[in-house]
Amino acid sequence: MLKNRIIPCLDVKNGRVVKGINFVDLQDAGDPVEQAKIYSDGGADEICFLDITASNENRDTIYDVVKKTSKKCFVPLTVGGGVRSVDDINKLLNCGADKVSINTAAVQNPEVVIESSKKFGSQCIVVAIDAKRNEDKCEIFTHGGRNNTGIDAIEFAEKMEDSGAGELLVTSMDRDGTQIGYDVELISKISSKVNIPVIASGGVGNLDHLVDGIKLGNASAVLAASIFHYGKHSVKEAKEYLDSKGIPVRI
Amino acid sequence: MNVTIVDYNSGNISSVINSFKEVAGDRVKIEVTSDLKNIKSSDKVVLPGQGSFKSCVDALNNINGLVETLNDFAISKKKPLLGICVGLQMFADVGYEEIETKGLGWISGKVSKIDNHNGKYKLPHIGWNQINILKESKIFKDIKNNSHMYFVHSYEFVPEDKNVVSAITEYSSNIVCSVEKENIFGTQFHPEKSDKIGLKIINNFINL
Repeated sequence: MLKNRIIPCLDVKNGRVVKGINFVDLQDAGDPVEQAKIYSDGGADEICFLDITASNENRDTIYDVVKKTSKKCFVPLTVGGGVRSVDDINKLLNCGADKVSINTAAVQNPEVVIESSKKFGSQCIVVAIDAKRNEDKCEIFTHGGRNNTGIDAIEFAEKMEDSGAGELLVTSMDRDGTQIGYDVELISKISSKVNIPVIASGGVGNLDHLVDGIKLGNASAVLAASIFHYGKHSVKEAKEYLDSKGIPVRI
Repeated sequence: MNVTIVDYNSGNISSVINSFKEVAGDRVKIEVTSDLKNIKSSDKVVLPGQGSFKSCVDALNNINGLVETLNDFAISKKKPLLGICVGLQMFADVGYEEIETKGLGWISGKVSKIDNHNGKYKLPHIGWNQINILKESKIFKDIKNNSHMYFVHSYEFVPEDKNVVSAITEYSSNIVCSVEKENIFGTQFHPEKSDKIGLKIINNFINL
């Protein structure tokens, strides 16, 4: 039976791990390679690196981080942030990333998703959807949550599936950094509209939120950063908790 | 001893390279090449594969003499070869991803889309699933039944002769996830991404 995945996410800036609260107030907290190794040894089903300020800055540091990590971690590694072109994707894959997540570029130029999924296969193309509620709609934000595009999140999700995305990483901008739980309504809506796996993201504060992401959000995988990163819970604890709630996990 | 990972310009093989180098250490030489002479002279060959069946077959055919060299290695010389993911799928006679495409024809059968029961099951089949070992396979030495392996695929290999199937995994149906036919081995899952247990399978192949 296929297991639900737990994916710790490390926000990386200039080659160092940070975690933003609503994408601002960054705190430095460690070496990404060591952190990733701790997570994979602890049973993480995948590791995610998000190069958060990459859209604005020199991002060569991330290639080095990915290279070093992929020589030490033998679970899937997803890398996102500042990925603009098919060439960027190629570079990350060559450094050892298994999947690349695309956010702003997927909105501005969906051809990147079409072309890269054809070239490298859908299995390595994750489209990251940052969505925020606006009255009864959910709209897509780009540039690390700074720009509102006005594009409907559900319609965009369907379009990305058609364009060749292998998975969708859905982050609620309203919830990210708040620790009050995923926007399960948004996640389940998107999950019900597409046939590709959806990864829930944004807002995890406790282990019940992970349960909700899967049970109420119908997510195939749950991503979280701070609850793991600051040592509140280990990945192992999270898995045991999910298991106790009847959710299939790899233990 | 040397093991050659065939680099035929199809998809991302850095994880395969990293994992084999990690397992091999200093005792085994891992080469990454499409050079026909190197392949011929190697002791074992790994055939990775990502992307579509068609793109992988096309990429193999784009390198002059590669298919003949692999045929000679695996079929005539009967030296050990491991196919991973689409590398395994290409053992089939034919694949139906994108368009009907002829495979290597080493193990009779076809590669077709996983039945998702009208959307009830998500595709690709991504994540950790347990393998049900049906017959002893040399690459499963010391691997416990029901071990978790990492999968990511939307197509499955359906061999005609079920005796080649060494393990299946349960998703929307029972999916063939590893085969062994004499010197030819294949895994639908990614041992290079399946943590310590996956590295163990790689170690078993290297130690054959």
